[in-house]
Amino acid sequence: MKVRISLTDRLFDVIVYLVISLVAVCTLYPFLNVLAISLNDSTDTVRGGITVFPRHLTFDNYSLIFSFAGLLTGLKISVLRTLAGTVLGLISSSMLAYVLSRAEFDGRKFLSLFLALTMYVSGGLIPFYLLMRDMHLIGTFWVYVLPGLVSAFNVFIIRSFIDGLPYALQESAKLDGANDFTIYWRVILPLLLPALATVALFLAVGQWNSWFDTYLYNGSKEHLTTLQFELMKVLQSTQVGSSGQEVNGTNMNQVMNRISPESVKMAITIIVTVPILLVYPFLQRYFVTGMTLGAVKS
Amino acid sequence: MSVISIWQRIVRQRYLYYMSVPFVIFVFVFSYMPLWGWTMAFQQFRVGKSFFDQKWVGFDNFRMLFQDDQFFNALRNTLAMSFMGLIASFTIPILFAVLLNEVRISFLKRFVQTVSYLPHFVSWVVVAGIVTKMLSAENGVVNQILVGLHLIHEPIQFMAKENLFWYLVTSADIWKETGWNAIIYLAAIAGIGPELYEAARVDGASRLKQIWHITLPGIRSTIIILLIMSIGHLISIGFEKQFLLGNSLVKEKSEVLDLYALNYGLGMGRYSFGTAINIFNSVVSLILLFVANGIFKKITKESIM
Repeated sequence: MKVRISLTDRLFDVIVYLVISLVAVCTLYPFLNVLAISLNDSTDTVRGGITVFPRHLTFDNYSLIFSFAGLLTGLKISVLRTLAGTVLGLISSSMLAYVLSRAEFDGRKFLSLFLALTMYVSGGLIPFYLLMRDMHLIGTFWVYVLPGLVSAFNVFIIRSFIDGLPYALQESAKLDGANDFTIYWRVILPLLLPALATVALFLAVGQWNSWFDTYLYNGSKEHLTTLQFELMKVLQSTQVGSSGQEVNGTNMNQVMNRISPESVKMAITIIVTVPILLVYPFLQRYFVTGMTLGAVKS
Repeated sequence: MSVISIWQRIVRQRYLYYMSVPFVIFVFVFSYMPLWGWTMAFQQFRVGKSFFDQKWVGFDNFRMLFQDDQFFNALRNTLAMSFMGLIASFTIPILFAVLLNEVRISFLKRFVQTVSYLPHFVSWVVVAGIVTKMLSAENGVVNQILVGLHLIHEPIQFMAKENLFWYLVTSADIWKETGWNAIIYLAAIAGIGPELYEAARVDGASRLKQIWHITLPGIRSTIIILLIMSIGHLISIGFEKQFLLGNSLVKEKSEVLDLYALNYGLGMGRYSFGTAINIFNSVVSLILLFVANGIFKKITKESIM
């Protein structure tokens, strides 16, 4: 009996490790493949067969894409919107979270409902587009930052974190005559670091990854283009080419002139992905607790 | 309470008002004002005219909508991909979390977990690029494996197959979000007392039995809450994936309501018609939310509303 149980358990272990390894490979392989292709000579790439190591190592693809004017502008705007969106978003959500955490505040119930509703009700694409137009935000940088300034989800994550802090801290500061803004700024904010790290990650990733607002509002404004939008244009331009018809030997040169070579596309993909890759593993501890807290409370 | 004492309370809490009112105005403008735009659906909206000069047409825009075959096509695509996404995002992360929890080598466990979050942080633009690359008929790894295993004779043009599109979107979604969606389940599993497993082991329960009788019941309420929450988010199934993964060859299966509104409303300047689509979309989602919540209330006596 004992032996039979440990046998099935061993079989079970084998299956678990197989499945888990398979998941890891399926997740990692595409990224490694993209990286290898981006580092491979672009004419050689066309021959195919690149897996996780480049065959002819070169950095030419990277130097080539950095000579595109659109890419540099895109990089600049993407960095700017990420910075602005993250800083403003952190201020707004932490302030609102603090206000919501004050039990004596009369507007608390209203504010809570007012924010929560925005997570479920939305006016839709067209009314929103017309609103942006009426406010003259189209064709400006601020259309990237202002609409998403307050996110109810982020407010609730920070708020549940504040609720976990000892209330006595705030009370003693209050007795010392500090006003609410001082308590927020001097007492609460420094303690919020783990929650702020989580929310900062969400905000930064959201800003960095946005492309549709560029497409919708600033698609023809070259000085306001973003990195994701540039990548989208490059990838989409060959969508049908790579899926609809076969590329064969006779019109290869023609195709190469018309579309961006594979390696160059992959190099842009890497440029867009790397900043996230560098940041998220270090914030993992924070966002895991942040997500868990947020889900339990809301 | 007299007017004076209300005023005194407001003055006493003035800093809380300073800190919240500006943002309340922001939320009002960017989240609630667009709802006012819904009136457009009942007008023959003309750009440049004031609200009072618009021509009111009642439900004409909706009548036009319900006579359009394209609309029913978009509705079918939206519902199909919503439900497929819901089922996938509900079952697979639980499975992943349970299996990952069974990994005893803690280095491997942490490594796989970190890796599994990665696609969540990458944009849909990048994911669409990667999916297109992996499924490509020339040198795509999926086709190479399938051909290598002699399951197919020649590469399949995945991106051009209309009937595969729903599955394609769902699979891309699974690839991107499984690790992320598993976070909360993993935390819930970690909260189950080890003494339960201890007792089960003494009783000679196999690992599979332990999962069935301890792990899964232990995360039951988490599963229910998350399921209802994700039904609430059916409202925002989005169109990014469909926009980025779709192409003219699969349009019949890729056009969702939001894209239909984008193409026919914004693209052609038919703002009223497009808004009618948006409204219909929101109403359907709300109905889905209420129905789902009602069913769950009956079954589990738990509710989010």
